Amino acid sequence: MHEKKINMKDVIKNVGKVIYRGLKRAFIVMKPSLVAIGLGLLIGLIIMIIFDAGDAFPALGTLLIGGFNGGLRGIGNTLYQAAPIILTGLAVAFAFRTGLFNIGASGQMMMGAYVAIHIGVRYSLPGTLHWIVAFLAGMLAGAIWGLIPGLLKALSNVNEVVSSIMMNYIAGNLLIILIMRYVFNSSYSRSLNILRTAELPLLTSVFPGSTANIGIFIAIIVVVIAHIILHKTTLGFGLRASGFSMPGSKYAGMNTKANIITAMTLSGSFAGMAGAIAFLVVGKNIGTAFEIFPQGFDGISVALLGLGEPIGALFAGLFLANIRMGAFYMQRYSFVPQIIDMIIAVIVYVTAISSALQIVFKRYREQIKSWSKRIFKKKEGQ
Amino acid sequence: MDILYLLIQNAYPTMTVLLIVALGGLLTERSGVTNIALEGIMIFGAFLGVWAIHGLEIYPFTVMTIIVMILVSLVWVISIALLIHFGLSKLGLKEFSLKRLNFKNPENKGYIAINIIFVIIFTGLIVLSFFVFGIPKQLILIIGIMIGGMVGALYAMIHAYASIHMKADQVISATALNLFAPAFAIFTARFIQRGQQIPFSSSFMIQKVPLLGDIPVIGDLFFSRVFISFYIALALLVILWIIVYKSKFGLRLRACGENPHAADSLGINIYKLRFKAVVLSGLFAGMGGVIFVISTSTEFNVTVAGFGFLAIAVLIFGNWRPRGILMAAIFFGFTKTLASSYTALPVLYDLGFQREYYELIPYIATLIILAFFSKNSQAPKALGQIYDQGKR
Repeated sequence: MHEKKINMKDVIKNVGKVIYRGLKRAFIVMKPSLVAIGLGLLIGLIIMIIFDAGDAFPALGTLLIGGFNGGLRGIGNTLYQAAPIILTGLAVAFAFRTGLFNIGASGQMMMGAYVAIHIGVRYSLPGTLHWIVAFLAGMLAGAIWGLIPGLLKALSNVNEVVSSIMMNYIAGNLLIILIMRYVFNSSYSRSLNILRTAELPLLTSVFPGSTANIGIFIAIIVVVIAHIILHKTTLGFGLRASGFSMPGSKYAGMNTKANIITAMTLSGSFAGMAGAIAFLVVGKNIGTAFEIFPQGFDGISVALLGLGEPIGALFAGLFLANIRMGAFYMQRYSFVPQIIDMIIAVIVYVTAISSALQIVFKRYREQIKSWSKRIFKKKEGQ
Repeated sequence: MDILYLLIQNAYPTMTVLLIVALGGLLTERSGVTNIALEGIMIFGAFLGVWAIHGLEIYPFTVMTIIVMILVSLVWVISIALLIHFGLSKLGLKEFSLKRLNFKNPENKGYIAINIIFVIIFTGLIVLSFFVFGIPKQLILIIGIMIGGMVGALYAMIHAYASIHMKADQVISATALNLFAPAFAIFTARFIQRGQQIPFSSSFMIQKVPLLGDIPVIGDLFFSRVFISFYIALALLVILWIIVYKSKFGLRLRACGENPHAADSLGINIYKLRFKAVVLSGLFAGMGGVIFVISTSTEFNVTVAGFGFLAIAVLIFGNWRPRGILMAAIFFGFTKTLASSYTALPVLYDLGFQREYYELIPYIATLIILAFFSKNSQAPKALGQIYDQGKR
């Protein structure tokens, strides 16, 4: 019998190696996003320095610390904001994987929010059942709103970008009509408060004073489900195949039309959930001024930052919600929170050009290398 | 009858804006680049254009106003000088031949120096006359529109660079522009003047064009209670039709949108052509932004009410053709006007629908038209595709 001696040093070495490799791989995958975030923050900083150099650095610090500025309450509010953004980001990312650009997440979210509020206000169901029904109905409404552009795309080849922009505006106007007709609070000119039973369970015991609810857990679960659908099932394989090449997957015998419809419906249902989560809270109401929810556009940024992956959308959503909270706390300096939108715009722009940017970087790196070589050689010659 | 006139006159502002912006969209989409950023470009152009108007209206001129005035008059004088130069060279006068504009040739030094002196003198004269006589109302408007257009063109370059040279997804880079513009406008305006609204005092509406306004029906329809931008838009429509269908540039533009590889094989620089088209569309959209604010409001409040997106709908509705766009702009303009002024029409007011129902019409109409006519639409074939020279 030859007994193997377990050398603790080797074990640690190996584990270290594995962790190091994993981190390295993660870094390579995340590099474009990190470069984009870095450039976005840099340009934001430059703009802030131009307008007010003294406050720029502390303001940027506050921005990055984000929700943690406000202690547990701030973190709770960040989580409340994060859940809808993660879900709209997931909606955009999921459609993205199928080669569709769902710019209509806002509209789907609005319809989800309205239906959830409608059920929350006008029906009374026992206890837990009420919010579950309201939530599921919101999801369904979003799914229907996503289904329409999907059907149009599949059946008569309408560009989904244009049709979902139209759907956003239809939703915006329809929302006002529906609110004024069914759930109108005329003294405040907004929707009525939902009933207590329709409220998603709050996490006030963990995060006192905040509006944090279990939405974040729902978001995480949905992200995991979406990841499994996309990467571990036949359906997901078909969706991704259509995303890579629509004619290719058609040639392979897949039903691309059904794939388009499925992807848009699922995407819409995620956005609908976002709406339900954001508004199934007592005291959150929709006004009657025309507005298209900004969370849908945040979803685009989140999906791009998350590299079109559900898991990526989770982290990107948390990051975005955090710096949005940071912008809230940043108001104590002389800056307007809109700086965050500028930073996000730059981030989106940089991720859009990232693949070409990497080639440019590579070229510069090679140039610098060749210069340094030349200088080095000269020194040797001397 | 008066109500009908009123309705038509009310529809002109929206029609004008939609027409101009959709024409800009026509240019890019015909070259094969989608431009969802029209909305953002409109906001950006409107922001700086209206700000220029705001500055020009305050009589004791500030430094910024003077810089704007000098810039604008420089552009005018130089473009007029160039026009005269090329006009004369076309007539065949050797003294004004195109070669004389070559800056490297020492022989032309004297000629160019004289020209530059003239440009400076004329610019100075214009600026001086502004100081002495004040700026006429309609001229302020035109300056504002020009500034908006120039700013829009510059802003559109960002999109052009990403989507043409950096091979970015055209929708994504455009979305970035849409996000940036309102944020930048709010940020800058609040920082500089403690409030995001930029008011302007003049009303630029022309109550009645002299002489032409007195013609019975036509005078009421076309020459009273209009903005000068309406005529600018009509002129642009004609110019654009000539450019797209009757010029070398237009032929190349259309070829580039249909089959860029074939066009490239015949020696057309696709990248340059598309860049020009996107920048021109930015020019149109920026102008449209200023016109929108001027003709529908008395202050700029960081919004163009989705007219950029609506213009894209107009473009698709008009099937990527100038004439179709004109028709679509008229239709959309009327439905939009119904939403804002249905209370003045007893027939519609008695129906008892609220405003939002009328707001819905253009969007639903677009969806229906898209659903039924998308299969035989005449969209440019290479629309939205990234052009890669190495790909075949």
